[in-house]
Amino acid sequence: MEQRPSEHTVSAFGEELRDLGDMIVRMGGLAEAQLASALQALSRRDSDLAARVVTADAKVDEMEQEVHACVVRLIALRQPVADDLRNAVGALKIAADVERIGDYAANVAKRVLVLNQLPLVRPVAAVPSMGRIVQELINDVLDAYVERDVRKAIDVWQRDEEVDELHTSLFRELVTDMMEDARNITACTHLMFIAKNIERIGDHATNIAETIHFLVQGTPLRGQRPKGADQDYSLPAQDAPARAKDATE
Amino acid sequence: MNSQATAAQVQTDAAAAAPQGTAGSPLVGPGEKAKVSARKANVYYGDKHAIKDVALDIKQNEVTAFIGPSGCGKSTFLRCLNRMNDTIDSARVTGTITLDGDDIYDRRVDVVQLRARVGMVFQKPNPFPKSIFENIAYGPRIHGIARHKDELEEIVMTSLERAGLLAEVKDRLDQPGTGLSGGQQQRLCIARAIAVSPEVILMDEPCSALDPIATAKIEELIDELRQNYTIVIVTHSMQQAARVSQRTAFFHLGNLVECGDTEQIFTNPQHRLTQGYITGRFG
Repeated sequence: MEQRPSEHTVSAFGEELRDLGDMIVRMGGLAEAQLASALQALSRRDSDLAARVVTADAKVDEMEQEVHACVVRLIALRQPVADDLRNAVGALKIAADVERIGDYAANVAKRVLVLNQLPLVRPVAAVPSMGRIVQELINDVLDAYVERDVRKAIDVWQRDEEVDELHTSLFRELVTDMMEDARNITACTHLMFIAKNIERIGDHATNIAETIHFLVQGTPLRGQRPKGADQDYSLPAQDAPARAKDATE
Repeated sequence: MNSQATAAQVQTDAAAAAPQGTAGSPLVGPGEKAKVSARKANVYYGDKHAIKDVALDIKQNEVTAFIGPSGCGKSTFLRCLNRMNDTIDSARVTGTITLDGDDIYDRRVDVVQLRARVGMVFQKPNPFPKSIFENIAYGPRIHGIARHKDELEEIVMTSLERAGLLAEVKDRLDQPGTGLSGGQQQRLCIARAIAVSPEVILMDEPCSALDPIATAKIEELIDELRQNYTIVIVTHSMQQAARVSQRTAFFHLGNLVECGDTEQIFTNPQHRLTQGYITGRFG
């Protein structure tokens, strides 16, 4: 007798797979909130909030361990195959990416704590706009996971190019600022790492998009992802070092 | 009967008989050779249409697993490959099934010879009520394979060795085969099948009556035997199909739904029914 193909004959198996999916979504939501708080702490110079983000990272790590335990148990007891197997392996990979996203958010928060001890530098405003795009990417890639929507995942995969471009231009801006005034170097270096962290979070969002493609289609997402502005970190003008020299004299 | 039915419907054009509904790759690619081939194979038990238009190639020195829910036709199809269905009066087979390109349902085919080339191991170990030695020696003797006693002894020893049983029974070859454990009896049956030098070995759920360790020994044996024989195994255990076979064919309601590399079937099946069955959503 044929049953609805979406339901397992052993209903507990189906429930475990659903629980696993829910865990990923909760974990993703937490990492998303961590990033939002870290960015808010940056723009509002809110050290209390930043400190809370640093502490809360342990929760994301803990959830990754829970996902690991759940997947190992599922493989040992249920021997999943086909899409069930891909879902289990995919959850493992996504959890690792989300855990890294959490780490980067916590690192942003740690640097905010340092930045708040220093005078405000100009490019701080550009970082949150880059952060907003990355937040959208995470939000959309988690939606794509819940809905098993490959098209949405591919869209995230392609939109990361925007983040790369912003990161490259922010990098140049920060280098210029440091050359103009050596007193900015500490703050600008921290901002540069913050920008790099956010850019890396975007990369993890694209990793998750690739995993979604694999777990839905059973094949890897092939092709070269568009890279923003060829990741050209060189300075815009040849006379920039000269200007920097003038500024320091 | 069977041969008459097929004689009228011999299909030589493989392309014309290509399966309509089978997902994956049931046929060998260009330049590859099939050991056993079925084209437009149909089996009827009286009015019941048990196998529907199956086209399938089985490659040499590979283990092909047939999986599917009970009553899907996998055992019926397996039994077509050495004409075991001939023994069922109401069974009627149409289409073409070839071994090395020769139609096995041709009226000139000697069924006894065919079954020596295509051996069979059954679900329940069924040793003859004779000594271990005689269980193995029986086949070579009736087929006239051994010319003298030494040669017969040689065949018995080699067959037991290949079936991984020799070490366990070499001191009691004169004792009844029925006195062995279930797993040993099944390996005795495999040794008996090997003794007549078959080219293909059909196994119909060979481990379903065995405990996990005895099962593991048979599976290890299947993997070793693959180097010398072509093996087709029907199994209810999907994990077993995944462990022992290189190719997997999924049957459902008499149709060959999908056939492909075992790895692909268990990681990314193409057909919704295959996916539903192997993940335990129906069946």
